[in-house]
Amino acid sequence: MAVIKARNLTYKYPHAEAPAIRNVNLTVEEGEFILLSGPSGCGKTTLCRCFNGLIPHFYGGELEGEIWVAGLNVRETTPAELASHVGLIFQNPENQLFSLSVERDVAFGLENLGLPPEEIRRRVDWALNLVGISDLRDRAPWELSGGQQQKVAIACVLAMQPSILVFDEPTSFLDPKTAKEIFNVISELRRRLNLTILVVEHRLEALIPHATRLILMDRGEIVLDGEPRRVLLEAAEKLNFKVNIPSIVLLHRRLSGLGLLSGEPPLTVGEMAAQLGGVIKH
Amino acid sequence: MIVLEEVDYVYPNGFQALRGVSLTIREGAFLAIMGRSGAGKTTLIKHLNGLLKPSRGRVTVDGVDTRKATVAQLSRKVGIVFQNPDHQLFAETVEEEIAFPLKNFGFTPSEMRERIDWVLKLFNLERYRHHSPLSLSGGEKKRVAMASIVAWKPKYLVLDEPTLGQDRENKLKLRKLFQEFRRENRTVVMVTHDVEFAAECGFDVALLADGKILASGSAREVLSKPKLLEEASLTAPQLVELFLKLGSPKPVFTVEEAERLILNLAGRG
Repeated sequence: MAVIKARNLTYKYPHAEAPAIRNVNLTVEEGEFILLSGPSGCGKTTLCRCFNGLIPHFYGGELEGEIWVAGLNVRETTPAELASHVGLIFQNPENQLFSLSVERDVAFGLENLGLPPEEIRRRVDWALNLVGISDLRDRAPWELSGGQQQKVAIACVLAMQPSILVFDEPTSFLDPKTAKEIFNVISELRRRLNLTILVVEHRLEALIPHATRLILMDRGEIVLDGEPRRVLLEAAEKLNFKVNIPSIVLLHRRLSGLGLLSGEPPLTVGEMAAQLGGVIKH
Repeated sequence: MIVLEEVDYVYPNGFQALRGVSLTIREGAFLAIMGRSGAGKTTLIKHLNGLLKPSRGRVTVDGVDTRKATVAQLSRKVGIVFQNPDHQLFAETVEEEIAFPLKNFGFTPSEMRERIDWVLKLFNLERYRHHSPLSLSGGEKKRVAMASIVAWKPKYLVLDEPTLGQDRENKLKLRKLFQEFRRENRTVVMVTHDVEFAAECGFDVALLADGKILASGSAREVLSKPKLLEEASLTAPQLVELFLKLGSPKPVFTVEEAERLILNLAGRG
């Protein structure tokens, strides 16, 4: 079942000279794990803002074309209603946190849903535990480090248990090891709860082993979309300068060019090592 | 030269963020401060221009104790771009944002024009000259914040996570800027999680964990030791990990190097 459907979507911010996204066509099926990348300013964040109705309801501007999320026409649905279907986690966690304690922040959205106190407590515990910050529950968000704050923001959204999670560069503030843990948790959530995940990220290598689909944007348009290995290979040819292609993919391409390797481009270091195993003399 | 001697820092809530940190940043040094979230990296750089004063120990900038100077005085030499651009940006347009410190530091109008044009080009911001910084994406805002500090070329440039939200092209441009600063014997300190970028740009590395310096040395030396990286919650670059898996550990940071080594190992070098 399609959970996101965009048809000829074009959007221009108020007072902008040119559209930020142009003619975007996209169908996302339930349970997909999509990695969305592209050069700075290519329209990734703008597209994400369409999923939960921030565009057009909060930002204004001109929206052309059609977009449906969880079967709802985004134009005709309030962001508040969309929020129980789509959870958005932004680049900057500080914009999302405001309470005096971590626990209060995570409980806030749930209280607004009018859930019984027991259910709220259960979900807060569950979400804090998932991102590994149960020990921070009584701390004030503003005294935490950037990485810890982003974990709180993720817990807030997880607690709402939406069916679609959209992350806009969620690990920018996290160290790589913590980022990896978070992505493992998200991937596990998808498998267990059949969540649909869309992550905007520049560092492809950390996420690509999890993704079922890779979408690359440039200048407001989707330029490549499909199975991660195939898209990586095409991107290495066409967009190398603009996208951070994982170094093992670039190495694989060079060695293939020399006739040393013939397999598919690797998504993990383990895969690359296995391909090289047959080539290297010991 | 900036010198930290046995610096402890305890926040008002009692949290000790730095424990006996000693570090010498010589003129012309390129130093990357790395380590997991909450290790004390940002607390450390806030000591470099006197925003924070040590609870114990001493920080001197060109011989001046930061306790005896104002942030305004120290900021003439030490320009810091913090992690979150929203804390720094305030002007109506990108151009004004960059012009503001230049005006403060007494640049002439023609010098200002020159510097503004230079950084707008350097940070790929020419088309946003007359836009509000707040209308830009996260990665673009970060570049505006960097442009406004880089424009006056501080003797010590301090960047907190400069590659955050940046694509390949902008990272290459940053690398070129560093080369220019190196030629002019300026000092660059950056906080980063980007192991490959630090190595590519030839930075020395100080690894921080729990407020203490865990190790320091050249990037090639420090960042190719998987055990040390593990302790600091960093991940080894893919190529370092690859050669480790192949049973031939090497400090490899570029695809070209890796290609040469593989050809050797395959007997085709």
